[in-house]
Amino acid sequence: MAHVSLNNISHAYNANTDSETQVLTDISLDIPHGSAHALLGASGTGKTTLLKIISGLLIPTEGDLLVDGRRVNTDSPRERNIAQVFQFPVLYEHISVFENLAFPLRNRKVPLTEIHTRVKQTAELLEIDNLLSGKTTGLSIFDKQKVSLGRALVRNDVSAILLDEPLTAVEPSAKWRLRQKLKELQQELSLTMIYVTHDQLEAMTFAEQISVMHEGRIIQTASPRELVEKPQHEHVGFFIGMPGMNFLPTDSTACLSPPKGATKAGFRPDQAFVSTKQGHNSLQVAVIDQQALSTHLGESWGLLTCKYQDIEIRTRQHLNLNVGSTAWLHIDNPHFFRNGWRMTGQAEVTQGNA
Amino acid sequence: MRKRINNRAWLMVLPVLFLVAMSAVIPLMTVVNYSVQDIFDDNNRVYVGLEWFIQIIRDPELHAALWRQILFSANVLAIEIPLGILIAKAMPRRGSVATGLLIFFAIPLLIPWNVVGTIWQIFARPDIGMAGMSLTSLGLDYNYTANPVDAWFTLVAMDVWHWTSLVVLLVFSGLRAIPEAYYEAAQIDGANRWQMFRHIELPRLKTVLGIAVLLRLMDSLMIYTEPFVLTGGGPGNSTTFLSQYLTRMAVGQFDLGPAAAFSLVYFIMILTLCWLFYSLISPAEEQTER
Repeated sequence: MAHVSLNNISHAYNANTDSETQVLTDISLDIPHGSAHALLGASGTGKTTLLKIISGLLIPTEGDLLVDGRRVNTDSPRERNIAQVFQFPVLYEHISVFENLAFPLRNRKVPLTEIHTRVKQTAELLEIDNLLSGKTTGLSIFDKQKVSLGRALVRNDVSAILLDEPLTAVEPSAKWRLRQKLKELQQELSLTMIYVTHDQLEAMTFAEQISVMHEGRIIQTASPRELVEKPQHEHVGFFIGMPGMNFLPTDSTACLSPPKGATKAGFRPDQAFVSTKQGHNSLQVAVIDQQALSTHLGESWGLLTCKYQDIEIRTRQHLNLNVGSTAWLHIDNPHFFRNGWRMTGQAEVTQGNA
Repeated sequence: MRKRINNRAWLMVLPVLFLVAMSAVIPLMTVVNYSVQDIFDDNNRVYVGLEWFIQIIRDPELHAALWRQILFSANVLAIEIPLGILIAKAMPRRGSVATGLLIFFAIPLLIPWNVVGTIWQIFARPDIGMAGMSLTSLGLDYNYTANPVDAWFTLVAMDVWHWTSLVVLLVFSGLRAIPEAYYEAAQIDGANRWQMFRHIELPRLKTVLGIAVLLRLMDSLMIYTEPFVLTGGGPGNSTTFLSQYLTRMAVGQFDLGPAAAFSLVYFIMILTLCWLFYSLISPAEEQTER
């Protein structure tokens, strides 16, 4: 296992031609030995391109990729010792499960006896040792994906394992089990794993650090908790959380006393509540929907949707209002954003006051 | 529960029965009819049982034609299949160049077979043909009308020119259907080009290659028009294949009885071969769904 660093990596397809398309801009990342890192973003944000650059399938047009301090930009995937698991299971269908696992070892001219022991060990680890002699064609996608993961684990010299949305194709009932298995293996063997996904729940349960990607850039790299509590960018606030952050333009919400230069105020559904009482800095809203999610001491709790001017706002609270009524929205310590980015100094101050 | 059986449904089947009868059953039965009789004229026919079959199975000329046939089919398959794969692999995966090449390769397939024969008859002539003249100017004693080896060489070259494109088109489409992730995974697993071909492309081309071999095998076993135009089966009998021998027997010598027996044997032979081959490749088809 190894330490993977990306220094100012940019990539464009068809570089230096008329049809040049920039897909990654100035990506810097530091993934220490044995850590679980997730790349989170909607489709088309360059996550897969970034993975291909790390695995060596693509050479970045700019920047450096370091594995254990060694620059590997132009090394072939074979020289790099990086393994990858794809969105759908990629298997060699004409050979047995055993041969599938042995394939990367045979290509590296590992001695036969060692191949046998390593394949056996890997299969036991993944609980597929009873499938070794059979072909891959009849297996469930869950087992197939375990076999492709096995092709990564079987190489004991592998520096990092890249996972490109590995749960997408797996049967819904088995998704949880495979994610558990991945997490377990990552911790047990202290593997460096880089996990690409568009599903925040997958990213948050799997990774210690998450990089949120947006339009070819990493807009924030932080722990799951930090992403929720201190989103660096409006997009992180909006993308993380179910539902995401609410935003109000500061010019119509002067009562929140925004700092100078702020363009938007952002607050999570649990940072605000709607009630019939007018408070100190409250905004008048129309309640338009209530969605009960649970009951607590005989009261319904859930998501309330209200409208302030033309903007829909959701809060998580107890649902004691009538749909269609007018009420007051109370916001607790909103974050302020300028041109998309969170204004940090100010946010710390308001939190201190609370 | 009792169901009322409606026999009028059989009427629906009539058109198909009629078509099949006219196109297959009646002509075939006519041949069967010929094959068990010795016919002198309209009113003079003798039932001879399996005599014609025994005669043609013992016919040394037919044996020779059969061996030539097998040799020819083996030759063209051994050249066209690997050559087709090589060309398809050398082509770019997409883009305007690929499209242009596909159109270019489709041209020989669109030419009527007797025209293919005529083209090569002129092309290979040692006195005026481009290929023939080039070979003689290199100092080779080349003459496909006089030398059996030259005749064979020309025939095989013609068939390769005519039919390799079919293999190219089939293999190209097969290669296009392989998802990019397979190549990426193999690269990451450290596979070289040969291993990628062996473990990714070849298994996934199995069905398409099976179809290519089947089509080429059937067609080459039934080849008639091109050698008829190019060499007329000569020099001597050196390029007389089964269908030409059959035609000579049936139309040339008017030996309807033996020719009918021969046709049936020929037909059953190709049918059996193709059925065997088809059952060999069809389980492979089920495996390559994803």
